[in-house]
Amino acid sequence: MRLYKPNMKTFGKFILFLKSLLVRGESFSILSSRTIDEAIIIGVNSIFIVAVVATFIGAVTCVQISYNLTSALIPRSTIGFMVREMTILELAPTITSIVLAGKVGSNIAGGLGTMQITEQVDALEVMGINSASYLILPKVVAAMFMFPLLVIIAMTLSIGGGYVAGTLSGALTASEYVEGIRDTFIPYNILFALIKAVVFAFLISSISAFQGYYTKGGALEVGTASTNAVTNSIIAVLIADFVCAQLLL
Amino acid sequence: MFYFKPNFKLFQLLFTMIEIHNIHKSFNGTKVLNGISGIFESGKTNLLLGASGTGKSVLLQCIVGLVKPDIGSITYDGKVFTNNKLDLKQEIRRKIGMLFQGSALFDSMSVEENVDFPLKMLTKMSKAERKDRVDFCLKRVGLENAGKKMPSEISGGMKKRVGIARAIAPNSIYLFCDEPNSGLDPLTSIKIDELIYEITQEYNITTVVVTHDMNSVMEIGDNIMFMHKGNKLWEGSRHDIMDTNIKELKEFIFASSLMRAAKKVDDEMGSLDELTSLDEEQNREQAKLIDHQEGNPNEGKTRDPYAGPDTLV
Repeated sequence: MRLYKPNMKTFGKFILFLKSLLVRGESFSILSSRTIDEAIIIGVNSIFIVAVVATFIGAVTCVQISYNLTSALIPRSTIGFMVREMTILELAPTITSIVLAGKVGSNIAGGLGTMQITEQVDALEVMGINSASYLILPKVVAAMFMFPLLVIIAMTLSIGGGYVAGTLSGALTASEYVEGIRDTFIPYNILFALIKAVVFAFLISSISAFQGYYTKGGALEVGTASTNAVTNSIIAVLIADFVCAQLLL
Repeated sequence: MFYFKPNFKLFQLLFTMIEIHNIHKSFNGTKVLNGISGIFESGKTNLLLGASGTGKSVLLQCIVGLVKPDIGSITYDGKVFTNNKLDLKQEIRRKIGMLFQGSALFDSMSVEENVDFPLKMLTKMSKAERKDRVDFCLKRVGLENAGKKMPSEISGGMKKRVGIARAIAPNSIYLFCDEPNSGLDPLTSIKIDELIYEITQEYNITTVVVTHDMNSVMEIGDNIMFMHKGNKLWEGSRHDIMDTNIKELKEFIFASSLMRAAKKVDDEMGSLDELTSLDEEQNREQAKLIDHQEGNPNEGKTRDPYAGPDTLV
């Protein structure tokens, strides 16, 4: 019961925090310019890590499926099919988001935490600027735009990684792999993955910003805020993953 | 016939000021401010003086709206700031410039961009106008050549100067400084104090400075409010502070050996003053005697020995 109360209090504070992002905001031109800057930091600067992770996850998935698929009755093209399904439905959106929770989440929480302890947030407030809206709303919007794009890149590279790994290791031929990834394709699965990406983007950016924005103390607390941001974001992503699967599939 | 002549100076005196009334603030049951009241007039450097942990910074945060007081009111030029509509608060806040203890410059922006930031956000000035204003403000604080530098590339004193430039850039009429010379060497501290004082006089703004530095008090303290354990114990100017009888204030002022030595010299100067007045009398008598011997037509008038050879009293 003692644990329950503070958690509900924190949740309530989080809801009020989200509300504060939307009231007395700055002009559209200022926010759009800030959003573009944040999109570069969150999206463009994350392409490399997403590409590396996605390619290797696709490759490993292909190799492990072929290792487990020993029955002669199952066609080898099934490997391509399974790589595609796993990648689109789960690995690309979820693993990409977990990687981004580490990179982007810690960046957001650390940045805002540092601004808070060095009074930069207070400086904005004293000027009459809604610091939450000015600093955080562009991050959340940018993340919600950029995560789906990163997930599309991750899907492409992951399937490509599976192709390279499968053909180079001799697990299946190129035509078998292509046949597999074209088999019974459901376009809705792409939409489902992109919806998940948007949900995860919102959770990661807002939770990390919440952790950073309410940092008090010094450098140690900034570190703690970053750690909490990553941990809480990953938990929220996994819970949201389950909820989305239940509701949308 | 009744003739009404508006006294604009009185009007300005009445309305360009900040008034705080009965401010109380507690944190987790600990009383930090206990019924503080006072007036901060325009064109004056108002100091909030006190030891660390006496609630000076909390009071400043209450005044600028970063912390909400439990009880009490804060009025800017007759407009109530506390418990008022958000729009009015925003309107008042946009007239406020603040220099933070750690300068609070935006790390990701250059010095120029930092000064330009409030202009970009709060005014409708064109880019060229903003550039002119930024150049003017940087020149005013003596940093005309540091515009392109990043905050991490400049010294503590320069950061404070940039902070002041940023605070005055949007023509703020209220300037708040939270320990402006903390972490600075004595010479730079004095320069920062002088800059704050000059800007206050030059633009006739209302300046409130939180400090525990006695050098600042003696340099720029037009109106000093001494705080102790969340209470206001004394208020006056730098000319009166040395003669206080309040125990806590005396302990605070003369905590350093330098101030004790200064007091000693001051006391001695007091006795020297008496000697000086005696010397003055003797000199006047001597001047009278010389005039009589030389047949001076101005005989009977005495010469002020301290006012130059041709000055007759």
